[in-house]
Amino acid sequence: MLQTRPRVALFVTCLVDLYRPTVGFAAIKLLEAAGCQVEVPEAQTCCGQPAYNSGDRTTARDLARNVIDTFLPYDYTVVPSGSCGGQISHHYPGLFDDSDPHYRGRAEALAAKTHELVSFLTDVMGMQEVAARYDGVVAYHDSCSGLRELGIREQPRKLLGSVQGLTLKELVDRDVCCGFGGTFCVKYPDISVRMVSDKAKDVVETGADTLLAGDMGCLLNMAGRLKREGAPVKVRHVAEVLADMTQDAAPIGEPK
Amino acid sequence: MVHLTSPAFKENAARALADPGLQKALARTKPQFHGKRAKAVAGLPEFEQLRNIGRDIKNHTLANLDHYLEVYAANVEKAGGVVHWCSTADEARAVVLEICRQAGAKTVTKGKSMISEELGINDHLEAHGITPVETDLGEYILQLRKEPPSHIIGPAFHLNREDWEQSFRESHTDLDPKRVFTERRDILTEARTKLRSRFLAADVGITGANFLIAETGSSVIVTNEGNGDLTQTLPKVHIALASIEKVVPTLEDATSLLRLLARSATGQDFSVYTTFSTGIRRQGDLDGPEQYHVVLIDNGRSNMIGTDFQEMLRCIRCAACMNHCPVYGATGGHAYGWVYPGPMGSVLTPTLVGVDKAGHLPNASTFCGRCESVCPVKIPLPKLMRHWREREFERHLTPGTIRTNLRLWAWFAKRPAAYRAVTRMGIGALGLLGRGKGAFKWLPFAEGWTRGRDLPAPEPGGTFMARYAKARRQGR
Ligand code: SF4
Repeated sequence: MLQTRPRVALFVTCLVDLYRPTVGFAAIKLLEAAGCQVEVPEAQTCCGQPAYNSGDRTTARDLARNVIDTFLPYDYTVVPSGSCGGQISHHYPGLFDDSDPHYRGRAEALAAKTHELVSFLTDVMGMQEVAARYDGVVAYHDSCSGLRELGIREQPRKLLGSVQGLTLKELVDRDVCCGFGGTFCVKYPDISVRMVSDKAKDVVETGADTLLAGDMGCLLNMAGRLKREGAPVKVRHVAEVLADMTQDAAPIGEPK
Repeated sequence: MVHLTSPAFKENAARALADPGLQKALARTKPQFHGKRAKAVAGLPEFEQLRNIGRDIKNHTLANLDHYLEVYAANVEKAGGVVHWCSTADEARAVVLEICRQAGAKTVTKGKSMISEELGINDHLEAHGITPVETDLGEYILQLRKEPPSHIIGPAFHLNREDWEQSFRESHTDLDPKRVFTERRDILTEARTKLRSRFLAADVGITGANFLIAETGSSVIVTNEGNGDLTQTLPKVHIALASIEKVVPTLEDATSLLRLLARSATGQDFSVYTTFSTGIRRQGDLDGPEQYHVVLIDNGRSNMIGTDFQEMLRCIRCAACMNHCPVYGATGGHAYGWVYPGPMGSVLTPTLVGVDKAGHLPNASTFCGRCESVCPVKIPLPKLMRHWREREFERHLTPGTIRTNLRLWAWFAKRPAAYRAVTRMGIGALGLLGRGKGAFKWLPFAEGWTRGRDLPAPEPGGTFMARYAKARRQGR
């Protein structure tokens, strides 16, 4: 573990902010347990992915500047999402070309110290286990950006392995997308629904009673489909379980 | 010629999703391709390193493309071959027709070639009284059925055994009604019987090329059926069709890429037949053509050099990207509406037919990145698709509603205080609507979402930022 308490800025992400505040509080709890001093900068909104992936580089760049200015002063920026984390750590530098070396440098500096939550806990803070209990059989979905852009695969499984009462089941085709894809899910709903139906089938086949993942987009998508099919699977962000905060909110898509 | 239906991608996709026969055929993707590739890759510890080598060979060649093409052409001519430089599809079609006419050709045999589909060679020859005969098993059945390929290495991947049987019974009128077609071998035997005489009667053989080797002037094709060999060695005249980015500097480079190609495509260590053609039959050679023509086609490639899309020219057409693409897996290849389907098509098709017509393709991706992770030459396909979205946005081809929504959202996202106020209100309203429900079955403006899934309601109690601020005020 690091000797001093690093100053960590939490980038909440717009979906956690709007849809699932408990994930934000769970992230704070986990980061503090790992020895971080956590702050939540007031001036944050969205990492800019909707614009970036719609081809609107200008807006993406404007939003990136906001984020860079706000988060650069901290030791680390931590994001409870592989996709928003990847946006900052892998895509921001490419938004600024040689005509803007100042921001390019700043973007690179921020990219180098931005991490997805779970991998930050294990890889940077050296967290080995969590103090949590969850009585259930859990399937974990690897979100695509986390898996392929950030190489997050074993980290959540390792921490989940330390949760008392929890049994982990693996999905078949665990590297296959759930069909969310940001605006894709509403631009091409037929294909998206087909993909998430396949995923829901795989989830049900594991026999798990709970589905976890590290990205709200995928979670809303999979929860929505499982609900529509009437499948009795509880869906949650992995941080809620790791932080032992499942009492704080009903599963995603369930009434309180 | 493949009729362009990319503008109707959405409708094509909907039809494909509702087609049980197609879905049955597509379900073979996993057993046929995934496991085999994974096993082949696992069996070669240096595969990752080989991918870097493959990428570097291609990058080096593309950076010196003129040079290697000239060296290649000189060596072809040294071996008695002729190189025809064609900058457009029209020119290439005319050259092929002229060679066939000079040879007095009535029928030509053909090996599987995607560039031939791109050029529409078959229609052109037929229109001028020359009969093209596809000799690849998949292409053969598609020719009977008058269908375009749906996959770049398994052209008839969309068909099931029943479809083959039906087509044979319809087209091969002399077929014994008692013949059974239960095995792949039965199908193969039937096609081979018909093709044998065609091979012998052909005046010209047309093939594609997987690689062109500059230092030797050779063209290389790989097949698993051996039909390519017969196509290029039996007739008097051999025409190899190849786009300019197929060239590689040396024989060794080609070998490195061949090792990547077979493993990525079918999970084989090497294809069953790998054939090198160098020039014409020399004295003492047992076989080989009297004339060897290479039609070198640009057709839009050189415009890609020096642009964001140059990396696409590394493609060695292995099909791993489509085999691992969940969108391709759901819709099949025909939905993409042109010659090249899947992720590689989503990048290539807009460059070749225009993004105004093929704009759906780079948009119909979740950017899951599985394609890039299996591409043997490490083409960043999602990034290139994003570049197309950027071109669309710049040219105002992005649909108006998306632009408006984006602009509205961006205005707030750039102003945290205003954003906070409006999201607090919006989430409050959504929370009220969804109170006690947990999820919405239907919501206005969210029809795309709610048609096939519920929309989970936001967690009650307001946004994170509001709750966090409140907790801070109360000293936590
Ligand atoms: S883009 Fe890559 S994976 Fe796809 S066909 Fe080309 S070489 Fe193969």
